[in-house]
Amino acid sequence: MPFGNTHNQMKLKYSSEQEYPDLSQHNNHMAKLLTPAIYERLRSKQTPSGFTLDDVIQTGIDNPGHPFIMTVGCVAGDEETYEVFKELLDPVIEDRHGGYKPSDKHKTDLNPDNLKGGDDLDPNYVLSSRVRTGRSVRGFCLPPHCSRGERRAVETLSIEALDTLSGDLKGKYYALKNMTDAEQQQLIDDHFLFDKPVSPLLLASGMARDWPDARGIWHNNNKTFLVWVNEEDHLRVISMQQGGNMKEVFNRFCTGLTKIEGLFKDRGHSFMWNEHLGYVLTCPSNLGTGLRAGVHVKLPNMSKHAKFEEVLKKLRLQKRGTGGVDTAAVGGVFDISNADRLGFSEVELVQMVVDGIKLLIEMEKKLEKGQSIDDIMPAQK
Amino acid sequence: MASSFSRLLTSKRKIGFLSLVGGSVTAGFLLHRDVSAGVPVRRSYPASAEYPDLRKHNNCMASHLTPAIYAKLCDKATPNGYTLDEAIQTGVDNPGHPFIKTVGMVAGDEESYEVFADLLDPIIRERHNGYDPRIMTHPTDLDASKIQSGQFDERYVLSSRVRTGRSIRGLSLPPACTRAERREVERVVVDALAGLKGDLTGKYYSLTQMTDKEQQQLIDDHFLFDKPVSPLLTCAGMARDWPDARGIWHNNDKTFLIWINEEDHTRVISMEKGGNMKRVFERFCKGLKEVERLIQERGWEFMWNERLGYILTCPSNLGTGLRAGVHVKLPLMSKDPRFSKILANLRLQKRGTGGVDTAAVGGTFDISNLDRLGLSEVQLVQTVVDGVNYLVECEKRLEKGQDIKVPQPLKQFK
Repeated sequence: MPFGNTHNQMKLKYSSEQEYPDLSQHNNHMAKLLTPAIYERLRSKQTPSGFTLDDVIQTGIDNPGHPFIMTVGCVAGDEETYEVFKELLDPVIEDRHGGYKPSDKHKTDLNPDNLKGGDDLDPNYVLSSRVRTGRSVRGFCLPPHCSRGERRAVETLSIEALDTLSGDLKGKYYALKNMTDAEQQQLIDDHFLFDKPVSPLLLASGMARDWPDARGIWHNNNKTFLVWVNEEDHLRVISMQQGGNMKEVFNRFCTGLTKIEGLFKDRGHSFMWNEHLGYVLTCPSNLGTGLRAGVHVKLPNMSKHAKFEEVLKKLRLQKRGTGGVDTAAVGGVFDISNADRLGFSEVELVQMVVDGIKLLIEMEKKLEKGQSIDDIMPAQK
Repeated sequence: MASSFSRLLTSKRKIGFLSLVGGSVTAGFLLHRDVSAGVPVRRSYPASAEYPDLRKHNNCMASHLTPAIYAKLCDKATPNGYTLDEAIQTGVDNPGHPFIKTVGMVAGDEESYEVFADLLDPIIRERHNGYDPRIMTHPTDLDASKIQSGQFDERYVLSSRVRTGRSIRGLSLPPACTRAERREVERVVVDALAGLKGDLTGKYYSLTQMTDKEQQQLIDDHFLFDKPVSPLLTCAGMARDWPDARGIWHNNDKTFLIWINEEDHTRVISMEKGGNMKRVFERFCKGLKEVERLIQERGWEFMWNERLGYILTCPSNLGTGLRAGVHVKLPLMSKDPRFSKILANLRLQKRGTGGVDTAAVGGTFDISNLDRLGLSEVQLVQTVVDGVNYLVECEKRLEKGQDIKVPQPLKQFK
């Protein structure tokens, strides 16, 4: 519970066994790894802002499983969560991020010149291209735990910084609670507007508290660069456009992010980052780059092929419906993006998407002509 | 505004803040301390920066939470560590309800009603017709023999029901309880219920262990409660860890039912088909007293005091926590423009037959008492008996083409 550090003192009256959650029906990373012994050792701890183990795991207790994906089942309330509760979070991170060890180092690379190609994804198949990530402002609690005062302070800082962007990044902020009906409709039509979370995964962690206070959307006048403020993370940064020019999308992404980081630093704030976990975000699944680069792509034949899943896995890609993480595909159009977040740099992940989409389109074309795809099956990346 | 924030923000969040805020707050973090009622909790921002935006809100909390009251209470915690922000979260997250003005806050424990009295007392006054907990006392009366004319005409009254809630003193309430506390509530109550005898003999069905067959039977009997979906409840935190330590107990006759760890520690329900409200209330009182005796034998008691009566999670249920009602066919009455006024004067409310968040179907209504606090159980049930008898008389008169009268408003306790 927010501000619940005093709850922890009271809870310790009961034995660890009495408090240990019933995870017998559960299938998420937290439930797999939270043994009674770990629970016992961590339950008396709290971060300096008062975030406790039960706060970390509440969402995983309240949401035993998800139909499409293996959920993480825990969240961070602040940067220190990943230190104080490392005994649980390190194994979760290792399980979720392909064996990433506590001693591993994460590489950050936001130099778009390092990306090879990506400006020529076939627009007959690729409808749109998008790259998103998140950033947390050091010194403030994260959405599951922040108070209204903190959340508003993050918003104020963000608006101040974003207002100074210029050129093709010049834009405007729309606070959710002050938006006119006309503005709201426009944002919906542009597919920019985020709504109050309905997913119980998010609600159970406390990130929807006080909605819509201090939430908002900033976007540039060209509608190709967008920042969400105080949704699941302090900031979600999105670069997107119609068509298949992923290189341009990634260029803008890197330029914009680097500028924003500079603007925050000018005001005395860095982003949460360290050389082990990379960028620190609310959900452990978004650590490292927090990056999801993806396209909406037409693959009606490929998606019916018996080896579709296998190909995706080998390419280190994942599929989603065009409505996002909790949806199914419609009409053979898929959202295909990188599966990894941590242990690969931004450039490496976008490269995987670019190369992988090229191959998938090649396969789709072959299947259209009735040809086999066996000779172009990829090796495991 | 922005510049004062950036001054605050450039200093380190910890000690710098607290000295800026000033007053007698000690600098640094207080990680290990004995918490007792009213002891301040750490705060990084001044109250004015934390005060919720309630401009679009219409609930009792929003009506009474001034910035001054917020500033006075925001650093306080109950001995269990429950804070004002936690208590009001549901009202902040739920600006309004289409049919009713909601309360907008909950209690996390018995002490909430003391520690946050500056906010809760005005809310109680508003919600309970001016009942002032600082100067008035609440009467408790569970002597069912006092009820007169408690048998309704069953051509109109389809079913009769009385419900209330009870909380176990010493354990936190559903918005704040830990898993161990919730399990303790379950253990204490189930243990006691096992001692019920005669027509009250029954069985407990834990939500976590119920078989599919048991579940289906409970649904068919209209007994099963499900995980709350109403954001009024989920935002208050009462659905955490569902379905751990939740369950339903009922007697073999299926006329006495107890919900465990839903919105309150316990909800106690007596119900029957037909119109014998007197018998329903007799069983209600007998069952409640038996359960109380059984928990007292084991060293526990219900939360109760003479200011507020029985203490429950929602301030709207203080006092008796009692809702006595019927499902009654009033097709002609429901079309009469005087219906709402008649109900109001009789101190009754109508709901759909699906419960508080539903509309009526086919002229059949759920009619029950409006009041909870300041009147005893016997008084409230008598109000329902008299009121429903009057409504049925009106319906009969309308059937015969006769006119009906709007009754004088009932005198309230003040």
